Amino acid sequence: MSCSCTASNNNTPETPQGLPTRVVLGRVVVGLAAWAGVYAMLAPTSNWLVARLPVEPGSHLADALAFFVYDTPKVLMLLALVVFAMGVVRTWFSAAHTRKLLSGRREGVGNVAAAVLGVFTPFCSCSAVPLFIGFVSAGVPLGVTFSFLIAAPMVNEIALGLLFGLVGWQVALAYFGFGLGVAIVAGWVIGRLHLDGWLEGWVRELRSVAAELPPERVTFADRVDAGIEAVREIVGKVWKWIVAGIALGAFIHGYVPADLLAEVMGRDAWWSVPAAVLLGIPMYSNAAGIVPVVEALLGKGAALGTVLAFMMSVIALSAPEMMILRKVLTARLIAVFVAVVGAGILGVGFLFNLLFV
Amino acid sequence: MTREVKVLGPGCKRCQTTAEMVRAEAERLGVEITLEKVTDYAAIAAYGIAATPGVVVDGKVVHAGGLPKAEAIGGWLA
Repeated sequence: MSCSCTASNNNTPETPQGLPTRVVLGRVVVGLAAWAGVYAMLAPTSNWLVARLPVEPGSHLADALAFFVYDTPKVLMLLALVVFAMGVVRTWFSAAHTRKLLSGRREGVGNVAAAVLGVFTPFCSCSAVPLFIGFVSAGVPLGVTFSFLIAAPMVNEIALGLLFGLVGWQVALAYFGFGLGVAIVAGWVIGRLHLDGWLEGWVRELRSVAAELPPERVTFADRVDAGIEAVREIVGKVWKWIVAGIALGAFIHGYVPADLLAEVMGRDAWWSVPAAVLLGIPMYSNAAGIVPVVEALLGKGAALGTVLAFMMSVIALSAPEMMILRKVLTARLIAVFVAVVGAGILGVGFLFNLLFV
Repeated sequence: MTREVKVLGPGCKRCQTTAEMVRAEAERLGVEITLEKVTDYAAIAAYGIAATPGVVVDGKVVHAGGLPKAEAIGGWLA
C-alpha cells in the first residue's frame, strides 16, 4: 500500500509562511474553479482527439482507445481532488491524539471509533509496527487496535478517489461503509477471542509512557500545503500504476468477451466470491493498479460483490504487511487475523451480490 | 554544548530524510550535534511514540510522525 503519512507538519518551501487565511482561501477557490474548468473540457477534447486518430470508428480498437484517452486524465483529476481533501482533513488528526482517544476505550464503541479514526489519521505502512506497539502498550485494547490497523490501509483515499472517479460515488460510498464494517467487526471478534497472550513476548512485557509532545500551531496555510504535498506525493507515485491499470482495463473493455466474464465472475457463480478473496491474499497491489481493472470487470458483467471482495482482499490482506506485523504478532495470531478479516470480506461480497441486482 | 539527537524509525525514506534535515539544520545554525538512528522496534517503543519518524533531543521526545518543519528543528536545537 502507499505510504500516505503526509502529516500535519509538512511544509512546502515555495509557499510563504504566515499568509492570511483569506488569501489562502482565495487561492484554493481559484484552484478548484480551474480544476472544474479543465474537468468539463475532458470529454469533448478526448472525443475530438480519438476522432482524428486513424482507426475505424466503432471498432474494438477505437473503443479501447477512447476509454484510455478519456479515463486516464479524468481519473487522475478526481484522484487528485480526493487526495487533496483528505490531506487537508488529516492535519486535524495525529497518531498520538488518536491513541489518547482510544486508550482504555471499551470494545464495541472503541472498535467503531478506531475504524473511523483509522481512515482519517495519517498512517503509513512503515509506521505500522511502532503504531501497533504504541497503541497496545498505552492501554488500547488489542481488538480496538486491530480495528484501526484494518481500516487504515483498506479505506484509503486512493481507493475511494479511484472508485469515485471510475465506478461512481455510490460504489465508493459502499466501499467506505463496508470497509469500515469489516474493520469494526473483525477487530471486535479478535478482541472477544482474548488473544493478548499470542503477541510476541517482548511486546507483552513492554510498558511505555505516552510521550508528551510540545504543542504545535498549525495555520490554515499549513493545512492547504499538506493537501498539496499529499497530491504531489501520492499522485506522483501512483500515476504509473493507474495508467497501466487503465491500459489493462481498456484491453478488457475492447477485447475480453462479456459472456466469459459474466460466467466466471457473475452473480450466479457463488464460488466466485471465496475464489476472489483467496486469489487476492497473495496478490499485492495498491488500489491504484486494481481499481481500473475493477471498473472494466464490472462493465463486462462481473458481480459488484465479487469484484469488491477481490479488491478488499488484495489491499487489506497483503503478504508484505503481514511480514511487517510478524515482528510483533505470533504466526498463530496472524493466521487468526487473516481468517477473521477474510471471513468479513467474504460476508461483504455475498451481501453485495444479494443486495445489488 | 553538544546536542544529542536521536531519530527514531525503522529506516524508511522519511526517517532518513528527517535525519538529513536535522543534520543540515544543525550545520546551518552551527550547532554541534551527535546524530544516532534508532531502528530497533523495542527501543523506539520505549520512547512512547505512536508514529515514526520520531525525534529525541537530549533525551526528550520533540516530534513524532511525518517530516518536521525546518523552523521547528531550529527551535529544538537552540
